[in-house]
Amino acid sequence: MVAQNVAFGILAAAMVIAALRVVTTQNVVHAALYLVVVLAGAAGLFVLLAAEFMAVVQVIVYIGAIVVLFLFGIMLTRARMGKEAGLDNEQRGLSLAVALLLLGVLAFVLVDAFSDTRVEPTTIVRTGDVGIRIFETYMLQFQAVGFLLLATLVGAIVLARRD
Amino acid sequence: MLLNQFLILAAVLFCIGVYGVLARRNGVLVLMSIELILNAVIINLIAFGAMLGGESAVVASVFALFVIAVAAAEVGVGLAIVLMLYRNRQSIDVSDVDLMRG
Repeated sequence: MVAQNVAFGILAAAMVIAALRVVTTQNVVHAALYLVVVLAGAAGLFVLLAAEFMAVVQVIVYIGAIVVLFLFGIMLTRARMGKEAGLDNEQRGLSLAVALLLLGVLAFVLVDAFSDTRVEPTTIVRTGDVGIRIFETYMLQFQAVGFLLLATLVGAIVLARRD
Repeated sequence: MLLNQFLILAAVLFCIGVYGVLARRNGVLVLMSIELILNAVIINLIAFGAMLGGESAVVASVFALFVIAVAAAEVGVGLAIVLMLYRNRQSIDVSDVDLMRG
């Protein structure tokens, strides 16, 4: 239990610091690389919660595909590689107030509702179980998600191609 | 481990993402902040699944997989829109997109 809490602390600190850097850094490429740290930390949390399949999917889909897509987007919009002034708009103070207010409300509600609920992952989520669940109970939803991905793929190509 | 460890970490990530969406000018950075928000949602789903245990943990993984698929779709279309914006206006500043302002 102690080891798990130590691991959680390290992961959480790394994730929060990296997430803050994502939204404050003045370099677009660095923001994408800090996003990798946040996503990898989340994969570590999934291992802690005994959801091995989600940890692997997180690494493959998020770090492997989505971050590369972001880097392509940065490259294609020709962001300067160095520091770039003016990545933030003039609403920073207001945005900070909104975010802190939201955090206050969420933290109050969570502490109020789950202050002594413990999570001890006793069941390890096996990948085979997830597959059986997807293809038995959630087959229709799975097909819908697949169709959504196909539609967005076609839509992205139609939007982005030159003609 | 307490459930609140995970939930409050996810809430912090969510609020950082909200700040990024509101305060960033660059379209790609806004999309990255949206990824932070969706990641917080996935952490919440998995944490609740692990709290309930048993079959619920499996179902939580299935739902988190669906959220990841939708996030991937969102990034694809979002980046295509940002590319269109860049091609038409030579700028990806989302503050410049104010044609619908009254």
